[in-house]
Amino acid sequence: MDAESLLLALELASGSGQGLSPDRRASLLTSLMLVKRDYRFDRVLFWGRILGLVADYYIAQGVSEDQLAPRKTLYSLNCMEWSLLPPATKEMETQTSVVKGRFMGDPSHEYEHTELQKVNEGEKVFEEEVVVQIKEETRLVSVIDQIDKAVAVIPRGALFKTPFGPINVNRTFEGLSLSEAKKLSSYFHFREPVELKNKTLLEKAELDPSLDFMDSLEHDIPKGSWSVQMERGNALVVLRSLLWPGLTFYHAPRTKNYGYIYVGTGEKNLDLPFML
Amino acid sequence: MGDPPPDPEPPSQPTSSSRNSQVSERRRSRERTRPLVPEELQQIPLDPQRNLRGWPQRASLTPNENLVFQAEDPYVNPGFSAEVQPQAYLSEGRLQASHNASLMLPQLQQGEGNLFQQLESAYQGPPADLPGQFTMYQREDLPFSQGTQHGPYMRDDPTLQFSPSELGFMSFNMELPEPEPRELAVQNAKAYLLQTSVNSDLSLYEHLANMLTKILNQRPEDPLFLLESLNRTTQWEWFHPKLDTLRDDPEMQPTYEMAERQKALFGRSGSGEGEQEMEEETAETAVPNIMEKAFYFEQAGVGLSSDESFRVFMALKQLVEQQPIHTCRFWGKILGLSRSYLVAEVEFREGEEEAEEEEVEEMTEGGEGMEAHGEEEGDEDEDKATDVIPKPTWKPPPVIPKEDSRTGTNRYLYFVCNEPGRPWMRLPHVTPIQIVQARKIRKFFTGYLDAPVISYPPFPGNEANYLRAQIARISAATHISPLGFYQFGEEEGDEEEEGGAGRDSYEENPDFEGIPVLELVDSMANWVHHTQHILPQGRCTWVNPLQKTEEEEELGEEEEKADEGVEEVEQEVGPPLLTPLSEDAEIMHMAPWTARLSCTLSPQYSVAVVRSNLWPGAYAYASGKKFENIYIGWGHKYSPENFNPSLPAPIQHEYPSGPDTIEMSDPTVEEEQALKAAQEQALAAAEEEEEDEEEDEDEDQDD
Repeated sequence: MDAESLLLALELASGSGQGLSPDRRASLLTSLMLVKRDYRFDRVLFWGRILGLVADYYIAQGVSEDQLAPRKTLYSLNCMEWSLLPPATKEMETQTSVVKGRFMGDPSHEYEHTELQKVNEGEKVFEEEVVVQIKEETRLVSVIDQIDKAVAVIPRGALFKTPFGPINVNRTFEGLSLSEAKKLSSYFHFREPVELKNKTLLEKAELDPSLDFMDSLEHDIPKGSWSVQMERGNALVVLRSLLWPGLTFYHAPRTKNYGYIYVGTGEKNLDLPFML
Repeated sequence: MGDPPPDPEPPSQPTSSSRNSQVSERRRSRERTRPLVPEELQQIPLDPQRNLRGWPQRASLTPNENLVFQAEDPYVNPGFSAEVQPQAYLSEGRLQASHNASLMLPQLQQGEGNLFQQLESAYQGPPADLPGQFTMYQREDLPFSQGTQHGPYMRDDPTLQFSPSELGFMSFNMELPEPEPRELAVQNAKAYLLQTSVNSDLSLYEHLANMLTKILNQRPEDPLFLLESLNRTTQWEWFHPKLDTLRDDPEMQPTYEMAERQKALFGRSGSGEGEQEMEEETAETAVPNIMEKAFYFEQAGVGLSSDESFRVFMALKQLVEQQPIHTCRFWGKILGLSRSYLVAEVEFREGEEEAEEEEVEEMTEGGEGMEAHGEEEGDEDEDKATDVIPKPTWKPPPVIPKEDSRTGTNRYLYFVCNEPGRPWMRLPHVTPIQIVQARKIRKFFTGYLDAPVISYPPFPGNEANYLRAQIARISAATHISPLGFYQFGEEEGDEEEEGGAGRDSYEENPDFEGIPVLELVDSMANWVHHTQHILPQGRCTWVNPLQKTEEEEELGEEEEKADEGVEEVEQEVGPPLLTPLSEDAEIMHMAPWTARLSCTLSPQYSVAVVRSNLWPGAYAYASGKKFENIYIGWGHKYSPENFNPSLPAPIQHEYPSGPDTIEMSDPTVEEEQALKAAQEQALAAAEEEEEDEEEDEDEDQDD
């Protein structure tokens, strides 16, 4: 959610039950302003909160002019001092995929994972148990990246693409209509498109190239991994991800308010197929 | 647009020409029909300034003025013949455009039909007819009373001599002059702009014209800045004409309905008794102070927003008015796929709920009785059949009776509603088997209470039962209070009761002084569970399933045989009531509870917040003498390992093969024939014997 409309956004996203306490809200309002100035971001988004056992991580993301460029992620433990996280890489993802369980809340905490590695000693090949240390910070980076790639949502029409390249915020976006808001096809993944090229020519013919340049949520696997609900007496549409429980996207139809926030434990719901 | 820049002309001219073009058709028709026009037209060039002043009026598009303005343009300057032609083509474009077509159609019909046919044909074949157009528009400069024109034909009209234009030479020149390349370019550009887009009937030309009209109508401060948004709005308005004020917007209908319903929440029941009502209401009510609790939870960063909490409060108030409720509490919110549930935990006043319970029980018992009868009849029929079907030796496991109301898991009644304003629905009591099965499955709630729960092992009930079972589990696991808030009643001195079940009731401690917040956060021993733990059996108090109640003894005579195979069942014991949290089992080396101060910056005013790691979404706060629990979440337990569904039951044994159960195979044709042959032989042999015997007898007789 945009840091500029933080209060309203928190109010609208509160249907999922988790929000921020007043002191955190106040600190965020000030500190995000400073972050925007220091890092020269075009927009700062408050991404959410990952609940740890000892402490929680508050995550913010900074967006540059091109909205789809990789965003810089910052974390903080007290909503005041922010530290930049390194960008996520493939190795990080494979490394952290073995770590399970909750986040501790201490960025320097190290998870120990024993692996069997083949070690060549001269002519002998034997397996040795190697204890690999994985830092929680790496895990944090990787989880945030996965969540962004999987379930960050933006409504159709909020961004538009110019033929010259950069993706811009659409200042004339007036919100989706009520009938559109209930359909999953009106929402896109807020990331580089992956499946767009797989569409048939017939489907592509109906797309508007300036607006439909991202993957829509319609074809997410497993089907039904999004819960679409109307709240506040039909005045707010809320999408909740079932794959990463804790991600809430809200949008007030016919207005410009939209945003998403993740408040959760940072664990993927791998039992989803059983639960639907 | 490719118009040649008109220099001495005021800058509004190009736009004005475009405006003109829109109704040029109309005007031209009027030109045809009004011979008076030429004189007016003649006068206009005397006052080119009028063009500017007349602009706002022009926008209103009254026919007369338009006519005047349009007609004036060709006369502004003879040197602007080039200007004239674009207008001509614009007007052709108008023919194509559906927008004005409807407006112009009657005029077209009134006007000289021939002219427009000619125009159309001219447009369709611009290159061929360019010269024709050229000449026609040259002629347009002339005031003419009679309409019919056919392109490059000469017109034999004495009035043609009037015009100061250079048409003079055209009148005598039958050759078709080459159009200048510039004009050609202009015409091409215009034709391109008039293309209608694929998705709609709107062409860029029309759109630009609309937008410029709008800008000129409204005269905003900084039109360049607003250009983009105006662009979008104009386009949008084209396709979404404003609906009647008499008709409601169909899309917003459900929203308005919901708003009406919520409005009803805010209305006070009973009208205008004024002070009396106020006094009644300020007395003790069963409705808890939701707003206060919401405030504390907000400090912890949990809970619904404040206006939503207020709506919940009003909804609870409505519930209290509708049902005979003794105490009431907002239990929490369970999220579902299509809708969510708001759950209220209530206790009825003494004796009130028995009536409903009995009705429900009678219905179920009646149903069971009928089923039993049906089965018995079926059995009898089968018995009468020739084959005796072996009776199965499998017996269903004994049904563990559910707990009584107000005890154990059924201590409280739960009402749910989807949104404040919707009616509250009561959830049925939970049975032990439902809890046991609920532990084995993991399903999302859809939001509809009568939805079936499709799972393996099959859940005995629908979503209402599953919801109730989860609520029971969550309550038992996560309802905590500060140590000392509740204490055991002094009347129960004995710890040993039936089967060592322990105490199951508690009362508030009037001497509770509150524990300092820091201590609450530091040690989990300062919190206790105040709901009973649910045993693996599914109940809070253990019941030996093999003990027969009186009903069972009446019905099940056959079941006595099963006593022989009885196994000893161990009594299940769970932690007693008011156990501190420090005794809770760890989840994979992880503490089951996390305690924090709500605000580290101001510890003196914070509340202690405890969060459950076992049931994510369960929170409790305590501050001074107040505490509260809430659950907002999906309704599932946290498990570090992945969910493993139960395996299906092993394949049942088949009956051992024996002569009773094996089907006889039919004899094949060969066998039958062989049998037949053997039978015939035997018969033949028998006949021979008989014959022999007869012969013997005969012989005997003969003798």
